[in-house]
Amino acid sequence: MTEVASFTGYVYPNETIIPWGVLIVIYPYLTGLVAGAFTVSSFYHVFGMQQFKPVARLALLTSLSVMLFVPAPLLLHLGHPERSYLSMVTPHLTSAFAMFGFFAAFYTILLVLEVWFVFRADNVARAQNSTGLARSFYRAVTLWSDDVSPRARVIDAKWLLILAIVGIPSAHGLHGYIGFVYGSLKARQWWESDLMPVIFLFSAIVSGIALLMVLYVVTSKLRRVRIDFACLKGLTLALWGFLMFTVILEGLEFANLVYKGKEGVDIIMEYVQGPLFWRYFVLQFGFGALLPVALMGLMVALGTRGRLFVAGAMTSAFLVLMNVLLMRWNVVIGGQEISKTGKGLLTYPMTLFGHESFVSASILMIAPFLLLWLLVRLFPPWVDRSESA
Amino acid sequence: MTKDKKKTERREFLCATGKALAGLGVAATGGTLLAREDDAALAAKAASFPTKDYDWTKHRWAYGIDATKCIGCLRCVEACKVENDVVGDANHFRTWVERYVYLEGEDHALVDSHADPQNIAASGSESEYRFDNRYKDKKVSKAFFIPKLCNHCAHPACVQVCPVGATFRTEDGVVLIDHDYCIGCRYCVQACPYGARLFIEEEGVSDKCTWCYHRITKGLMPACVEVCPTGTRVFGDLNDASSPVSEFIKNNQVQVLKPESGNAPMCFYVGLDKDVS
Repeated sequence: MTEVASFTGYVYPNETIIPWGVLIVIYPYLTGLVAGAFTVSSFYHVFGMQQFKPVARLALLTSLSVMLFVPAPLLLHLGHPERSYLSMVTPHLTSAFAMFGFFAAFYTILLVLEVWFVFRADNVARAQNSTGLARSFYRAVTLWSDDVSPRARVIDAKWLLILAIVGIPSAHGLHGYIGFVYGSLKARQWWESDLMPVIFLFSAIVSGIALLMVLYVVTSKLRRVRIDFACLKGLTLALWGFLMFTVILEGLEFANLVYKGKEGVDIIMEYVQGPLFWRYFVLQFGFGALLPVALMGLMVALGTRGRLFVAGAMTSAFLVLMNVLLMRWNVVIGGQEISKTGKGLLTYPMTLFGHESFVSASILMIAPFLLLWLLVRLFPPWVDRSESA
Repeated sequence: MTKDKKKTERREFLCATGKALAGLGVAATGGTLLAREDDAALAAKAASFPTKDYDWTKHRWAYGIDATKCIGCLRCVEACKVENDVVGDANHFRTWVERYVYLEGEDHALVDSHADPQNIAASGSESEYRFDNRYKDKKVSKAFFIPKLCNHCAHPACVQVCPVGATFRTEDGVVLIDHDYCIGCRYCVQACPYGARLFIEEEGVSDKCTWCYHRITKGLMPACVEVCPTGTRVFGDLNDASSPVSEFIKNNQVQVLKPESGNAPMCFYVGLDKDVS
């Protein structure tokens, strides 16, 4: 049973059941991480930036692990998940949602193929160097092909480049499209914005970079290997650059809304100054965006190195991950807390347990990383910059 | 014969003549097959309706609301809940009524509906509908009621966004949901600017006003119109110039809610106010 939202002012009676809950906050967050992680892998695999080599394969596995869980919050949210296939069998082409299944399926296949090619030579070697069940597993993973001749490797490389090139627009298309789902919804002023897809895209990129920074540092510590400073610095600079852009876009969007001052802006102002003040201005903008921008800027200006740099980079990355999660929350839940009457505000009642609850959302946030742990165990992505990938 | 009827007949005659001439032309150029297919398509459309003696290509339903007549008795709300078996709590309505009260010296109206907790406390139950007497000690300068329901828009945003086509606009202009096809994503609930769509948690599907489609296709009025004691709610066929709604639109300067949405609502109002949204 869905909780009923409390409200102030006047709201339409049906609005007290908030249609999209916390799972629909998690959904764009996970998709954003997919696109962002893929971006990091593309830095090396497409753009050939050598300093990102140590994280490129980890980024790819991260993108895949998270992507496999992207449909989960949607399916859990549906009133009839068993009918979800209908959106692919009989898609209603005017719906922004109808394409999700196709985009997601296409991108997942692409990601699986790319991972297959990237890890093919390693898997062939693993199959040859192992026995019993492990050997059968890796042989099956390589599809019983053990050709790693120079000619075969050239073909691999060609395919990889093609997949990565197709992958960039696909990953970003998938996420930009989610921004469109919100931005094109004219019934809600908080969502209806042409900037929405762009903001979703950029926040996706920053969340992916920040995640890879955290994963890279944490896995390096766990593996007791030295952190490649050039790699971490490269990621930090990328995060810093993209974050500045994202903050400016978000600021511009809000400025637009306020400056245009269309009907309903009064209630929006009441909302941002009241319930949203802490989680929008203070946490999302202040701590989540401006603080890491300043911190990373300071580190760049001072030429910080060593442990201090790692600490600063980690702090920034964690803050950005929080920022993007809050941004998703403030967009998805925020939009629904402002009544369509323009005369009232609602409060989303998140339940602790249940199929759309704090616990189910938390499980879905953790699950991709358990899968990532498994994939990393099966297909170790670690390479030094000196090695050939 | 009225002037309007004459006009309609003339238009029909011209239309028919035009079609006949066009048909002849097509036939003459060897396009007989094509013309026949058009007819067949039309016949198929008409025949596709489950009730044999109802031709949905021959009607264009619309709804009128004269808010100046509404007394806030809420019989419409009750009738709708009973007729359509709508969930009996204060969070699920296919139709509802809003009360707008301007106190003396105030620029903006105070708004509530019967679903407001104070009104529920006054009625004693979520399934009994009433407006409390909260303004009895206040100086009221203006007050009125606005009945609301699905606007059955000509360009419905809810239909646009449905990923599976479970919701659709019928040939006779009614926006319906196929509950056996709805996947329960609630995108339509978000897309409706009027808050007219509701979600039935127990069934996992969206729901909405159907203008009592099961009644109107049998020549009856929607339940809310049937029970309205003041004639606030009117309904009818725009293809019939003498229907109550055609008369209503012809004789009044009507407005629609949120025209800027571009949804082209088919509920026409008289007596709206600047604060009604």
